[in-house]
Amino acid sequence: MTMIEVRGLTKRYGLDTVVDDLSFTVEAGQVTGFLGPNGAGKSTTMKVILGLAAPTRGAVSVGGRRYRDLPVPLTEVGALLDAGAVHGGRKARDHLLALAVGNGLPRRRVDEVLARTGLEGVAHKRAGAFSLGMRQRLGIAAALLGDPKVLIFDEPVNGLDPEGIRWIRDFMRSLAHEGRAVLVSSHLMSEMAQTADHLVVIGRGKLIADTGMTEFLRGRGEGVVLVRTPEAAAFALRLTAAGAAVREGPDSSLVVSGLASEEIGKLAAYHGTVLGELTPQRPSLEDAFMELTRDSVEYQGVTA
Amino acid sequence: MSPARFGHALHAEWVKLRSLQSTWYTLACLFAVGLGVAAMATGRAGDEYRSASAAELLAWDPTARSLTAYLVAQLVIGVLGTLVVTSEYATGLVRTSLVVTPRRHRLLAAKVVVTTAVAVVAGQVLMFATFLLGQALLAAQDVPHAELGGPGVLSAVVGGGLYLAAIALFAIGLGTILRATAGAITTLVGVVFLVPALAGLFPAWFQGLLDFWPTQGAAAVFATVPNPAYPHPWLNLGGMCLGVAAVLGAAFVVFERRDV
Repeated sequence: MTMIEVRGLTKRYGLDTVVDDLSFTVEAGQVTGFLGPNGAGKSTTMKVILGLAAPTRGAVSVGGRRYRDLPVPLTEVGALLDAGAVHGGRKARDHLLALAVGNGLPRRRVDEVLARTGLEGVAHKRAGAFSLGMRQRLGIAAALLGDPKVLIFDEPVNGLDPEGIRWIRDFMRSLAHEGRAVLVSSHLMSEMAQTADHLVVIGRGKLIADTGMTEFLRGRGEGVVLVRTPEAAAFALRLTAAGAAVREGPDSSLVVSGLASEEIGKLAAYHGTVLGELTPQRPSLEDAFMELTRDSVEYQGVTA
Repeated sequence: MSPARFGHALHAEWVKLRSLQSTWYTLACLFAVGLGVAAMATGRAGDEYRSASAAELLAWDPTARSLTAYLVAQLVIGVLGTLVVTSEYATGLVRTSLVVTPRRHRLLAAKVVVTTAVAVVAGQVLMFATFLLGQALLAAQDVPHAELGGPGVLSAVVGGGLYLAAIALFAIGLGTILRATAGAITTLVGVVFLVPALAGLFPAWFQGLLDFWPTQGAAAVFATVPNPAYPHPWLNLGGMCLGVAAVLGAAFVVFERRDV
């Protein structure tokens, strides 16, 4: 079921087009990874979904309505935009209580979400004393207050330690498993690979890919093969003659592209070349992502 | 679930305001400063009275003297009003608040109503307290003092409390428009202190506005000895309230339109 629908969304700030004719949907029961380099327009898109920024063109709906028309917003959508968005002088429980009563939710929901995020012990501590990880949990507790069908997380693992990252990852998976639609943004491909079922990739505000996770990985399967042989120079010539591209790898190995490992093996056998190693290198997700977004990163470092 | 209503937003703003220590510190500071200034303004009045000229004796206004604390109190209550909005911008909490209450007029109106309620109560209690303290100190020095039943006294005390509440609302408006604590408080200081201090420098058309300006014409409400320049002090206070309403109106417009 489609829970979030973004149609032809364009957002300009002055002359800057931050989001450019973007369309995608977020479905129930899965984690949709919203991926793109810094400055690609992910946060802006999320703000438009939540009615915090007005679209220049296009429309966004949540559960079939504009966000501001939702009768009880917290029961439809829970959002974590910025874990720091808590007044440091307010106790965790009071923070959640203010949000809950704002939508007429029962007070027991506050204790329930505190329990679910493991914050019962610090409910009466001021949020200013919280570590980033605890603030992140407090933000997630706030998002869960209304038991919403849709959850939106903006860069939820930024700055967290490995334990915190694992907790959030498992948490998002369990939320999707409960049938909720989860939209989570990140600029780290590897993070998405372990969490998302579906990927929406954007760069410079434009849609680059909208695909299932498995298709995404399969589609970018063309890789290179690492070859190690005592006769590296001679074999490199034979590989090039067979149509492969060869460059020098680490520790006098050869990095071969354009030929599958099977074919390289056959070629070696035919010429009687001794192989020390023949390893297909799966392209890393980061590589796939970098390749996909190369043209759309905002600022590129110059390689000396 | 029944739809979220204005009452819910109001309740949320009350929880937010009461759950911050800074609210209570600011209110404590309001009373400490207010009563302190009242004590200073009346504590040594005996000597002053006995050495006063005939003209000074004619203008002797024990009520206004005990209420001079408004000068400083308006800044403190202004800080309270400002923080209701700017503390949310400083932390980013305003986004969370708008996710809970996406109808922006509703959110700002809830803030205005809750702050007004607190400021009206605090303003009235403070003005009555400073009046009673000041008069007690004047009586102890055996100089003419006022009673609540005296001519124009209740009007001055109640009017003074409302003046302070109006300044709190003005500060909410400034905070919403400027979105930053420092900017809003600096502007508040400029309006209530600098403009009156430089009053003589302004062009003639602006002098008319000063009749309704805080610390200027609008402060005529604190006096019980008639001031020929301001024969109807409540009109001057009413004019200031209209100005505050205009600032708040602008605040509602920009709050509705701006991205956060």
